Formats: sequence, structure tokens, C-alpha cells
Amino acid sequence: MDRFYVLLMGFLSVVLVNNFVFTKFLGTCPYLGVSGRIDSAFGMGLAVTFVTALSGTLTWLVDYYILTPLGLEITRYICYIVIIAGAVQLVEMYVRKFFPSLYDAFGIFLPLISTNCVILAICLFLDIWGTDNLLEVVVLSTGVGAGFAMAICIMAGIREELIMADVPVGFQGAPITLITAGILTLAFMGFAGMIK
Amino acid sequence: MAQSNQLQTGLYKRALLAGLWEQNPTFRLLIGMCPPLAVTTAVKPALTMGLSVIFVLVCSNFVTSLMRNLLKPHLRIIMFTLNIATFVTICDLYLRAYLPRMSEILGAYVPLIIVNCIIIFRCEACASKCGLIVSILDAVGMGLGFTIALCILASIRELLATGCIFDLRVMPSGFVPWLAMQMPVGAFVTLGLLLGLASVLTRKKRS
Repeated sequence: MDRFYVLLMGFLSVVLVNNFVFTKFLGTCPYLGVSGRIDSAFGMGLAVTFVTALSGTLTWLVDYYILTPLGLEITRYICYIVIIAGAVQLVEMYVRKFFPSLYDAFGIFLPLISTNCVILAICLFLDIWGTDNLLEVVVLSTGVGAGFAMAICIMAGIREELIMADVPVGFQGAPITLITAGILTLAFMGFAGMIK
Repeated sequence: MAQSNQLQTGLYKRALLAGLWEQNPTFRLLIGMCPPLAVTTAVKPALTMGLSVIFVLVCSNFVTSLMRNLLKPHLRIIMFTLNIATFVTICDLYLRAYLPRMSEILGAYVPLIIVNCIIIFRCEACASKCGLIVSILDAVGMGLGFTIALCILASIRELLATGCIFDLRVMPSGFVPWLAMQMPVGAFVTLGLLLGLASVLTRKKRS
């Protein structure tokens, strides 16, 4: 029970309190770029969640069982990149073969994901946080992806309304989106005292 | 001969200057937006970040330009990223050895240069097509544009959040610090306002 509580708190912490988009500004490019419509934002969020969970776990395993015992920490970034690119490629092939409808929904987002900073960041932060058991790693990396999906969906919802709004000339597009993002961040600061 | 020389110089000049304003990665192209938001709480980390990006950008553009005839279309991106990851590792180790405090402040954002879209974008759009000199000039220009954007943002945020720039007191003693500027909200709103300003300025220039 105690362990379950820790895992649940960890999950909530990365989704709400330490959301990567709101507190660490990671994944800002797709957050601003792909959040025009809810359905594409949801597709992107889902694809990112999937890949973070997979590559977070894989990189942790490689780091813990191969790189650290052999003292090869120096090659860490290169290994991470190869694993992420491989995972993305694998997911793309698998989804295209077995879930064609899902593949259409993900569309062009899958190849784009390999340069999404959320994914490399979760691999790096798992190391910084010093996580040392597999279950925690899986829960945390899924949580980070879910947090990103939530953030991008909220943003897309707001932006669909913003189209109707009377925004001053010159502030249309990216500037107003950034200011909206700022206010959204302010709202999420309310969770800051909740855990730890 | 003289004419072709002139043409060449014009080409070089254009490659160098494009990144500063015309195609400024932060203000005009809106790519690589993580560092401008994340490391701009003060000018010093912003400057360190900018210089690291210039180093990585120049080195990776140099290597990419050299191997541009060997690139295979489907392996292109992975070759770029591996190349970039190598230089980022060098940069990270250097910072850790000589500027340990800066390295601590920047934390995970140094390795995250690997997935910074600016660098992959320049490898793809310029270095994999152009010659050595144009690629390097382009990298320097883009990197400088990026660094300048970071420094502008950081100086505004540091000034309003602490009243100092480069740890030197600027504001009069009665100034009340705006703590919000140091939080994420300050980053988003300041960048939003600056982008708005940039787009208003371009509009004016055009009309």
C-alpha cells in the first residue's frame, strides 16, 4: 500500500506539480506549433506519451545495466539519442502495420517526435532524480508524457476559442499564444504546494 | 571574374546576416523555444547557453557540410543528431570542468541542445546543401542571432526580477522586485510581448 502511494504521488507530481511544459519549458515547440486544433493536439499527446514511456524505460535499462557498470557514462547522450530514434522508428513501423487507423491519427507527428525535447529530457531527468527501480521509471515516464498530452490539449482548447477573439494586430498567432501559455502556467502554480 | 567574386561576397554576407534579424530563430522562425524560456532568468546563464549553441552549431554545420555528399536521405536525421550529440558531449564536459557553477545552473538544458531544432534545421536547410564557408558563416550568424535574443530576454527578466544586470545593481534602491519575472509565467509573457513587438516592427517597416 505504501509503495502504491509513493507511485501515485510520483505520477501526480509529474503530471500536475512538476509538469514538464509548465515548469521546465520542455516540448515548447510542439506545444506552440501543433496546438491549433484539439484532434491533432490529442494525436500528438498520445504519440508522445507512448514514446516517452517506451524510451524512458529503455534508456534507463541501458544506463543502469550497461553504461554505469562499464563506466561509459561519457557516451550517454549518444546512446540516448540512438535509442530514442530507434524507438520512434519501431513504434512507427509497428503502428503502421497493426493499427492503420491509429497511424492515420498520428500522421506526421511520429517522425517529428524524435526531436521532441520532452523525450530526451525524461531520460536525463530519470538519471538526475536518481530513480532506481523499474516500476517507478515506467510510472514516471508515462506520467511525463501524460502531463504533456494534458497541457497540449488544454492549450488547443483555448486556442480554438482564441480564433473568435479580437486580438490586436501584431499580437495574432504566436505572441498571444505565448501570453496565454503564461497565464496557464500561473494557473498551474496553484498545485505547487500540493506535493512535497 | 570580378563579378563572380562580388557575387560570392554577397552570398557570404547574406549567409552571415540572415540569422541576425531576417531569419532570427527566436523572433522570426519561432524554433528552438525551450532555452529562451528556460535559461533566461539571468544574463550569465543565457550568455553561456548562447555561446554553447554557437559552438555546437558551428562544429556540426562544419562536419555536416563536409559529409554532405555521403548523406543518405533516410539516414539523414540520425546522422545529424549523432553528429550534434558528439559536440554537445564535448561542450557539456568542458562546462563541467571549467565552469562547474554554470553547468549546475544550466543542468539538463545543456544536453538538451541535442534536440534543439535550430541546429538540426540549419544542418538540414543549409549545411547539407552548401559549401564549407557558407555553412560556417550561416552557423555563426544564426548562433549570434539566437544569443542576442537570449540576452535581450534575460536582461529584461533579470532587471525586473532583481534590479540587477550581470549582478550589477541598476535600479534605484526604492525598486520593488517583480518576483513573477523569475517564474515560468514571466518567461512566457515576456517572450510573448517581445514577439508581438517584433511583429509590429516588421509590419511598420513593410508598410
